[in-house]
Amino acid sequence: MRRAFVQELAEIAERDARILLITGDLGFSVVEPFADRHPDRFFNAGVAEQNMVGLATGLAESGFIPFVYSIATFAALRPYEFVRNGPVLHQLPVRIVGTGGAFDYGTAGPTHHALEDVGIMRMQPGLAVICPADAQQTTSALHATWDLPGPIYFRVGKDETTCVAGLDGRFRLGGAELVRDGTDLLLLTTGSIAADTVAAAEALAGEGVSCAVLVVATLNPPPVEELEGALARFPVAVSVESHYVTGGLGSLAAEVIAEAGLRCRLSRCGVRRGSEGISGSEGWLAAQHGLSVEGLMSSAREALAQGCLTS
Amino acid sequence: MSEALTAGKAGGEASVTDSDVLSASISLQPIRRPWGSIAPARLAALQIRLTILEQAKRAGVGHVGSALSVADIIAALYAGGMDVADPDAPNRDRLVLSKGHAALALYAALHQRGWLTREELDTYCGDGSLLGVHPEHRLRGIDFSTGSLGHGLAMGAGAALAARLQGSSRRVFVLLSDGECNEGSVWESAMFAAHQELSNLIVLIDMNGQQALGYTRHVLDLEPMDRRWDAFGWDAQVVDGHDVGAMLDAIDRLDPVTGPPHVLVARTTFGRGVSFMENQIRWHYFPMSDQEYERAVDEVRAAE
Repeated sequence: MRRAFVQELAEIAERDARILLITGDLGFSVVEPFADRHPDRFFNAGVAEQNMVGLATGLAESGFIPFVYSIATFAALRPYEFVRNGPVLHQLPVRIVGTGGAFDYGTAGPTHHALEDVGIMRMQPGLAVICPADAQQTTSALHATWDLPGPIYFRVGKDETTCVAGLDGRFRLGGAELVRDGTDLLLLTTGSIAADTVAAAEALAGEGVSCAVLVVATLNPPPVEELEGALARFPVAVSVESHYVTGGLGSLAAEVIAEAGLRCRLSRCGVRRGSEGISGSEGWLAAQHGLSVEGLMSSAREALAQGCLTS
Repeated sequence: MSEALTAGKAGGEASVTDSDVLSASISLQPIRRPWGSIAPARLAALQIRLTILEQAKRAGVGHVGSALSVADIIAALYAGGMDVADPDAPNRDRLVLSKGHAALALYAALHQRGWLTREELDTYCGDGSLLGVHPEHRLRGIDFSTGSLGHGLAMGAGAALAARLQGSSRRVFVLLSDGECNEGSVWESAMFAAHQELSNLIVLIDMNGQQALGYTRHVLDLEPMDRRWDAFGWDAQVVDGHDVGAMLDAIDRLDPVTGPPHVLVARTTFGRGVSFMENQIRWHYFPMSDQEYERAVDEVRAAE
């Protein structure tokens, strides 16, 4: 997804001279397509993320559309207050591109695991938060939002090849995409775990459980009406995200259910424990937190077994 | 002139003409060196001080000492140092007041230039006002909201880089406090600006030796400040932060086109102009009593 993102950005930059790319000294083999085509609009700010976001704020105030790039933890967490007091407070078109949510950088260890980035970014008013599900949706999300007047946080995964079946790259800012319909259970998902969510739905279908899957690529502005509409149809819903269960998609779904007074029981799949310092591959770590395809299937079965709300 | 510069009493309305008189006496056009800029800048500094005292008293708020500390720096910038003839001109010079807690001094200067009305100024710290203790970018002539120390230089470096990319001759001035240089982000930006040779970036450091809970030499020693910036690749020099003429001369001599970014380490006195506030930590916080206010105004007027 990150390569698709930079490729598309390099294309857009051909047409719009306001586009800049600033990296916090990361993106080897990712940023080159932009840097090679637009060397005068590519900057390496060094390992200094606060300054990077501050620079972008100053550049945006002067009319540019700067994209700042780093691993999600460093792009989102280190300069968070600069995001808040910069592009958010001034409502400027800065784009913060965090690569690798959750366990994408699995073996790098807990310092590189972004587990709360979406939650903290979702709290900022006027900051669009976009988590594309695959490379194709990444491209269309960038295409749909590159000239948005306000700021955007993108969480962009590392997987360039997996496609989410039924998504076909569809993206609407503030929308959600139903990629599979069903009757028993609604699976809500976001970001690069969407493909595994669909895989779990397919496997559950083999067991006779009919799952709908809604891909929520925009966490802010939240697709409230579409979530309401989808959640109202099901007695049980399961949110699936590569993130702490607090703050992200599961929290958004809970807010919608509560505020709309829906009769829907929500089960949240995500990371519930702090780091134990253990490294491993992305797949292994995800499984440890119940986020493998098998883990998701198990959570879905449990949620169904718990059943709907009683009156 | 000093007769005309009568500051109003706290809460009163007698002061409404003070800055109007001054506004009329100072050309709103940029006053170019070498002739005629020092005297108006000094006069501007006097009026800034009186406005600081008047508004801080009227609003019953603190941060008086910090604002007085930068009064001469702000006066030098807005009465000759910066090209600020038209607040809406895209190529006017920019100021990032990174030490946002001195915004009252900036409001006073913007009022002198006619960018803030008397009515707007009189809402300082009131309910529903855009004029808080820290500056707000929604105000005309203020480009960046500040208040969180360590943020302004990064935005200023971005603005300076933008000017270069756009082929604009505008310069970006950033006013830092010395305590602010505790922030690591300041040095991130310092490295970047030097690496990119942002010649159009001019930092002024209000070197008053105080920070919120004590003297900087006791909290986190910052000396030798000029050598630290020099080591980071900046063109660094020390100036008297209360000598508007010296600051105007120094700014005039800077090369905004080639070479490294510039820093003027401006030696200042916290609370300058009011003897009982000078170098006193408490005047970072406290509002003035009626008696203190009258004494402060008398001292500031007597100094001219």
